[in-house]
Amino acid sequence: MSLLSIKDLKVSFKTRRGDVDAVRGVSLEVAKGEVLGIVGESGSGKSVTSYALMRLLESNGRITGGALTYGGIDLRTVRESTMRDLRGREISMIFQNPRAALNPIRKVGHQIEDVLRRHAKATRSNARSEAIKALEAVRIRDAEARYNAYPFELSGGMCQRIVIALALACDPKLLIADEPTTGLDITTQKAVMDLIAELITERGMSAMVITHDLGLAAQYCGRIAVMKDGEVVEEGDAERLFAAPRHAYTRKLVDATPRAGASVRSLLPVDLRSPAPVLTPSEAPLLDVRDLVKTYQGKSGPVHAVKGISFTVKKGQSVGLVGESGCGKSTTSSILVRLADPTSGEILFNGEDLAKTPAKAFARDTRRSRIQMVFQDATDSFNPRHTARHSIGEPLARLTGLSGTHRRARIEELADLVGLPRPLLDRFPHQLSGGQKARVGIARAIAVDPDFLILDEPTAALDVSIQAIVLNLLVDLRARLGISYLFVSHDLHVVRLLCDHVIVMRDGEIVEEGPADKLMEMPAHPYTQELLAAAPAPPVLAEPASSAAE
Amino acid sequence: MSDLAASTPKTDGALAHVVYVLRSNPVTLLAFSMFAVLLVAAILGPVLVPYDPLASNAALALQPPSFDHWFGTDNLGRDVFSRVIVAARLDLAISVAAVALSFLIGSVLGSIAGYWGGWLDAVLNRLFDTIMAFPLFVLAMGIVAALGNTVENIVYATAVINIPFYARLVRAEVNIRRDSGFAQAAKLAGNSDVRVLALHIFPNALPPMMVQVSLNLGWAILNAAGLSFIGLGVRPPTAEWGIMVAEGANFIVSGEWWLAIFPGFALMFAVFTFNLLGDGLRDIVDPRQRS
Repeated sequence: MSLLSIKDLKVSFKTRRGDVDAVRGVSLEVAKGEVLGIVGESGSGKSVTSYALMRLLESNGRITGGALTYGGIDLRTVRESTMRDLRGREISMIFQNPRAALNPIRKVGHQIEDVLRRHAKATRSNARSEAIKALEAVRIRDAEARYNAYPFELSGGMCQRIVIALALACDPKLLIADEPTTGLDITTQKAVMDLIAELITERGMSAMVITHDLGLAAQYCGRIAVMKDGEVVEEGDAERLFAAPRHAYTRKLVDATPRAGASVRSLLPVDLRSPAPVLTPSEAPLLDVRDLVKTYQGKSGPVHAVKGISFTVKKGQSVGLVGESGCGKSTTSSILVRLADPTSGEILFNGEDLAKTPAKAFARDTRRSRIQMVFQDATDSFNPRHTARHSIGEPLARLTGLSGTHRRARIEELADLVGLPRPLLDRFPHQLSGGQKARVGIARAIAVDPDFLILDEPTAALDVSIQAIVLNLLVDLRARLGISYLFVSHDLHVVRLLCDHVIVMRDGEIVEEGPADKLMEMPAHPYTQELLAAAPAPPVLAEPASSAAE
Repeated sequence: MSDLAASTPKTDGALAHVVYVLRSNPVTLLAFSMFAVLLVAAILGPVLVPYDPLASNAALALQPPSFDHWFGTDNLGRDVFSRVIVAARLDLAISVAAVALSFLIGSVLGSIAGYWGGWLDAVLNRLFDTIMAFPLFVLAMGIVAALGNTVENIVYATAVINIPFYARLVRAEVNIRRDSGFAQAAKLAGNSDVRVLALHIFPNALPPMMVQVSLNLGWAILNAAGLSFIGLGVRPPTAEWGIMVAEGANFIVSGEWWLAIFPGFALMFAVFTFNLLGDGLRDIVDPRQRS
């Protein structure tokens, strides 16, 4: 008998536009000791399914049909007080954003004690030692000291460990991990996932791992269910799913997952794979960065964000800047795009030193239109009060002086160029999907025909299938417009798809740089090797289709 | 599963959005209806009323409410109903002018403090703290007494004591958006700091400001009426709710309750309206409420 069984679950949400069915007839089984992966893109209903079985749906959500059984208990009808006993003790959950899941003004040790005492796993006298044991269980070094830490004093990876400790404190039999590593660095992701996997085996728990990353699911789950639009479209062994996906959507997801050996076109569904443009960057340097230094005045002494880096971007070249959070890549890109001033160093752009013009004055500089940027967070980078048309038109109005019908025509031309349907131009950002916002962001950045475009993780928040489309769009645009890219990312596999040359940064310094293929195949620096090893490795595909597409 | 599905949902127009906000929340609809009543009284009051609000008639002094005089007459025989209606214009004008003034000044000062920070922020904040350290009504009394006993000075006094509330709110709203992606994108589009602040960041502070404005309007009416009640600002025989309550208060003990009660109700009605109005106004100016 399975530990958890979900039969024909239906969940719907009341919204302003009527009822929306988020989950429409999902049936899943989790056996004792099994790890089930639920994979799907945003809006597929994967998180809603897990919230429904914990009975933690938002107030406008309702289970409209089906059965939820956990170890013989009907989770749909059981009393709320029983449910409270089950949560944490029997079924536990690891949340997406560890920082949001922790109470910011309570010491983490106390938060663990709360759970232990709620479920009578500890008394007042031994709560502290039990909490420390729970911290040690998730391999936190110096647990005694960490017991007294507040969440803001801990790194993202450390916070996620605390959340795991909280979830496992009462020895639950079923663990639900909802995107447990989103927002974590790739090496941290590996450490956290390894830890979860280890603890699951050690304690013989069952688990449901919910993720958008097929590669991650394949590596850590025995069985995978692929969800789309509130339904399970395919279910099966991780390896079988990769080797021979039966459903077209699974095929599309498998294709779109960046992996070793894939080309940017092979991420797309087979019927969309036109030959990739051949790009030959010229040898003439466009941007020459010399000994760039940025030092902030922090609370506890100076912070050296960038420690004297030098590199060159040639005309028409695409350079990848890779590193984990805090490595200085974002600081570097905001200096290069002239939103911040360096402490020292030169930024030679077509031979002129841009660092001589302060960032404050650069907005009205004639060279402003030469360097543009696509922002990481598509939601945050649009004024919520402006329509897409207004956002794309803003640089045109300010930097080119185009007005009236000319500007209108150019905006529509740009929308066509990035594949955004024209009717969407009159929508506000919150009315657009992630992929649509990414397109608007790209259209805005290329509106004034820049020579140099900085792409700051433009696909980090996107679903893989949308990411595949956006990456291909960027490749095509570069071929068509001859723009040079600086592609900033944490993901080497994505960078390799788009870049000729890769720079790896750590702690404000360049540790390694070189041609993309060479660097990926023979990484010289241990840190590069570590980054490559940490990326989830989906089973290698026997893929006849990819060679045909090249 | 295309990201390009352009069919649903359709974008609402501005008017459709207002209709939606009014329909979805009956309280907002009620508030807007009450506000419409106030507006009609303020704009058309003198035309609508049955009697001249200033015409005295000693023969009809202190008549209780009747069919001819709905709210009765006062000690000089003036029709209380006409006076209450006509007073709406003056009371609304004072509060709207005062709130507009403090909104304007508060927004400018708050935006500067929130965007540039540093010593400007520190100096402005201490200034606002100083103003707020006074009992505000007493400060308003002081200002009117010092500047002179006129309607304009009531407006200035009410505005000054309200500035810190707006400035602080705007400062916080501007500050959290100072380094946001869209502010940076606006700079990349060639906007100077002042333009980024005025055209991109500040408009995003409007939704919470609307709540403040509406609550403040009610409060400003009370403040103006309060000043008149103690004899500052508006002078008899001008019809004004505060003065009417003050004059009527003398007659309550002798049983002529209608002199003070009806202008008091008018005051309550106005303040209640503005307090209810806030949420609806916020939903209307917030584009994110549209779908």
